[in-house]
Amino acid sequence: MTGLVLGKIVRAMITLLITVTLVFFFIRLSGDPAAALAPPDAPPQVIEQYRRAMGLDQPLPVQYFNYVLGLVQGDFGYSIHTGRPVEEIFLARVPATLLLGLTALGIALVLGVTLGTVAALSRASVLDRFVMAFSVFAFAMPNFFFGILVILTGALVFGVFFGGTGGIANFGQVLAPAATLGLASMGSFARFTRSSLLETLNKPFMGALEARGIPPMRRLLRHAAPNAAIPIVTMLGLSLGGLVAGAVVTEQVFSWPGVGQLLIRSVQTRDIAVIQFSVIAVSFTMTLANLVVDLVYFWLDPRIRRSGNV
Amino acid sequence: MTSVLDISNLTVALPEGGDRPFAVSDLSLSVGAGQCVCLVGESGSGKSVSAQAILGTLPRALKRSGGRISFLGKDLPLEDKAAMQTLRGGRIGMIFQEPSASLDPVMRVGAQLDELLSVHGVASRQERRRRIRELFAAVRLPDPERIYAAYPHQLSGGQAQRIVIAMALALEPALLIADEPTTALDVTTQAEILKLIKDLQTRSGAGLLFITHDLGVVADIADQVLVMQEGKVVEEGTRDAVFSRPTHPYTIKLLKAIPRRQARPEREAGPLVLEAEGIHLTYRPSAGFLKRREIVAVEDVSITLRRGQVHGIVGESGSGKSSLVRCILKLETMDAGRLMIGGEDAGQWRKGMPKPMRKRLQIVLQDPYSALDPRQKIGDAIAEAARVHGASGAEAAAKARELLGMVNLPPQAYERFPHEFSGGQRQRICIARALATDPEILIADEAISALDVSIQAQILKLFRDLQERLGFAMLFVTHDLRVASAICDDITVMWKGRVVEQGRVDDVFDRPRHDYTRQLLDAIPDKGSFATSGLSHLEATP
Amino acid sequence: MSERRAPAGGSMPWSVRLSMGFVALFVLFALFGQWLSPFDFRETSLLNRLEPPALFTGEDSPYLLGTDARGRDLLVRLAVGAQISLIVAVVGTLISAVFGSLLGLIAGARRGFAETAIMTAVDVQASLPIIIVALFVLAMFNNSFILLLIMIGFTDWEGYARLVRAATLSAKEQGYVTAQRVLGSSAARIYLRHVLPNIFNIILVKFTVSLPLTILLETALSFLGLGVQPPMTSLGQIMSEGRDRLLNAWWLTLFPGAMIFLLALSVSLIGDWLRDRLDPTLIEGRRA
Repeated sequence: MTGLVLGKIVRAMITLLITVTLVFFFIRLSGDPAAALAPPDAPPQVIEQYRRAMGLDQPLPVQYFNYVLGLVQGDFGYSIHTGRPVEEIFLARVPATLLLGLTALGIALVLGVTLGTVAALSRASVLDRFVMAFSVFAFAMPNFFFGILVILTGALVFGVFFGGTGGIANFGQVLAPAATLGLASMGSFARFTRSSLLETLNKPFMGALEARGIPPMRRLLRHAAPNAAIPIVTMLGLSLGGLVAGAVVTEQVFSWPGVGQLLIRSVQTRDIAVIQFSVIAVSFTMTLANLVVDLVYFWLDPRIRRSGNV
Repeated sequence: MTSVLDISNLTVALPEGGDRPFAVSDLSLSVGAGQCVCLVGESGSGKSVSAQAILGTLPRALKRSGGRISFLGKDLPLEDKAAMQTLRGGRIGMIFQEPSASLDPVMRVGAQLDELLSVHGVASRQERRRRIRELFAAVRLPDPERIYAAYPHQLSGGQAQRIVIAMALALEPALLIADEPTTALDVTTQAEILKLIKDLQTRSGAGLLFITHDLGVVADIADQVLVMQEGKVVEEGTRDAVFSRPTHPYTIKLLKAIPRRQARPEREAGPLVLEAEGIHLTYRPSAGFLKRREIVAVEDVSITLRRGQVHGIVGESGSGKSSLVRCILKLETMDAGRLMIGGEDAGQWRKGMPKPMRKRLQIVLQDPYSALDPRQKIGDAIAEAARVHGASGAEAAAKARELLGMVNLPPQAYERFPHEFSGGQRQRICIARALATDPEILIADEAISALDVSIQAQILKLFRDLQERLGFAMLFVTHDLRVASAICDDITVMWKGRVVEQGRVDDVFDRPRHDYTRQLLDAIPDKGSFATSGLSHLEATP
Repeated sequence: MSERRAPAGGSMPWSVRLSMGFVALFVLFALFGQWLSPFDFRETSLLNRLEPPALFTGEDSPYLLGTDARGRDLLVRLAVGAQISLIVAVVGTLISAVFGSLLGLIAGARRGFAETAIMTAVDVQASLPIIIVALFVLAMFNNSFILLLIMIGFTDWEGYARLVRAATLSAKEQGYVTAQRVLGSSAARIYLRHVLPNIFNIILVKFTVSLPLTILLETALSFLGLGVQPPMTSLGQIMSEGRDRLLNAWWLTLFPGAMIFLLALSVSLIGDWLRDRLDPTLIEGRRA
């Protein structure tokens, strides 16, 4: 067990190191990083200055070593536009994105699991078919289109304008973008919960419990639910990527002042240092989240938690 | 004797479009207190559905369409869900085929027993704890404290089945239903569990409805026997009556299918085709980060095989018999030992076995369902085996047709796909494929254990006929000594990776030297061949 | 032969027929839709800016679906946009499928170093949502159509790799692979002639799941202004241009949005149906 956890941690660290390395080489591949990092209209001397300041006149391995060392020490570079440290700019945007993402995840998880459970228990009924249809709808609906529909409906029907500036102050404001962002995940959670629960309900031990006179509600809550929850945790890990990607689009549609918006603006203005930091930060967060999901999985499943015979 | 269970004319309908209209048709039986009634049949005979009908837990697709079931003199309240729930696990206990699959994998064993008692009204925690301790002692579980806190996957098959039995007996039921309770277990464990069930039932005075396919087991425990075929009871009576004077052809077929020791034709010793000496194999699976476990699978095993000889390798799961086969086939690389195949030293081949050698050594596997590529026509599968070894297309096709005939399949089978065949037919196809390269050695790795009893007998006969006709040497791997005695000249008994006994079949059976061999022999049900006693009578008067 | 099974599945449900109809219509529109309009998709007309769709107003105007802010005909732009979106989605998904399946097959078949290397790459890809990678790459290099295609081709390769590896590993446990090894068949024969055909259905079903995802990714990137660049156009790009005129020119967002949604929906429904039909556990009737 400890060996398994240790293995996962090492793998996560290798993953991160490879990402960091790829980012390094991509930036070098794309041309002269000094020219890319310096303001676009900078005279040659300034670029030369940048080059020396960044150590770009040194051999590649040395540059790579310094780069990794810088990351470890927390030196991530400066924005070419504001001149402020990138981590400062980035971290200022994190609370808004976290609020949006976690609300969306909460909505998706609670509603998705509930709908999936209802569908599994009323298998092949109208209700089941409705839930399945909804999950396909949620999966196929582009979130930018849905977001626009939400804004249109809000404005035309309710006279509310979603997606104002600085909406973060008002918690009610987060609901519209969070619902938009969570829609697709909600669909996959519903579908996955349904199939996982159905599979568990068809296992021989569920029949055995019935044959031992355990009441239906108890069979569902004490036995089916914990068994069905284990694969759902894996699903949670897989859906994080979609959530991060969706956040970039959703923030743009609703003018939500989060990391996604920062990223788009940085790409438009080619603020390489900010983009570089964002990519590494996203990779770090995702790797960490997947690690946590794995650990929760181990903890939930006694077959992994404790192996070996008595 | 008071009657516990009375079933009259029970009929369970199958959904429309099935291969027959009823899963169970017109079943009547009665089980008295302290009595053991055996329901015998092969897969699909409707014996398990009958048990589900009694418990009121039929799958949705099946409907009870007629008949009465009465329990302790009163009609079973099959429509009253709450009443049935109290009866199930309370007055009626159930034991299942797959013990580990019938326990919740993520809940501790003790908690599952505790839940059962509390659901059935044992309110006090101390009382439940005390009862569980008693039950553990009754089913003879060692180390009760650790088992109480264990998860099902940490138990062996035998331990798990003891827990399931404890659960079935927990509330002192009047009726015990056991559905193939020993089939999924190892041979020696089977015998122990069977004895345990019988002892506990006799002591408690409960009625026992025992469902099985194994007539040997029936001979050991039954008072009353019902033989089922395709949903109908074809023969019933007391154990003595059924076995001494079987009347229905299906019963006779089942009885004839029980593997028996058979004398092998004497022949001159052929040349050595396989010589294995001091084979060692250790698996080193990853056990997390930078760690590897060591599992010794085969330890110092030596065997020899001559042309025309059938050598049985007998052992339970984990005995290393399959690992040994993988070593001989060079699917695993052995750690030490000397292996000579057809006079060639296998040690000289670094990676696997050279193709010309592969031709000389073929295998028939256990599971006939996965052994054939589902997308390849039968004829192509057999012909491919010949083509891989250089036969032209026409030659290979002709060979395939000839082999289909040899394994008694019609020529039309050539153009069909595997899913159109039954398990027994598929195993015939696999045998034909293995013979397509004209091997000198044929390995049968548990090749009949996944099949129904009557099919087992047919395939076993096919192996015997082909071997006598073609004269190849055969390694016959099985967990069942009875089966080995029906086909082998010699037997090697393996236990925990080692050879514990090796010799002629008669010597091993009549003069076993090792304790484990004696245990295996003891575990064979129906040692007095009581079940087949009626057959000699039949054969005498054709 | 005793175990012959009736052909699986009954008739096609109406939702799947409808979906197939819509996909066919979409493809036809992408191929020939330009001929429905007398205009070129780049042709601007300052006098006819933001014309409402004649189809709805009933006015006598050549702009059946209206015009955009620069007076370009929306009908012809939607046809060209549909064409580009479809090409990008199909080619991108094919790249993912072929590349990912091949790596998955190798990882499952070879184990050892090749497997470790491939699965580490899968981990890395899984830690980076493709939209983030796209943003990074687009910021570093000049946006071009080929670059976009390659990047979208990387969308889901790790999904295919994981799936095909797992399927290969479980196929390896099947007796028919052992039988082939004992026969002395070459690895190429075993994996290409026997394993691949048997796991092909799994890849096909995955394809129908990832095709709508790719459609959504391309349109999302174009919507963000990072995908298909003018003068070329795509459905997402048309939507993005109409975004600021939601209230006074709804047709600019609603038409392309509905097209994307219905296409993704249809492909998903067909995919679901295919999965039910082709699920290998359903096809290969396991023992009774």
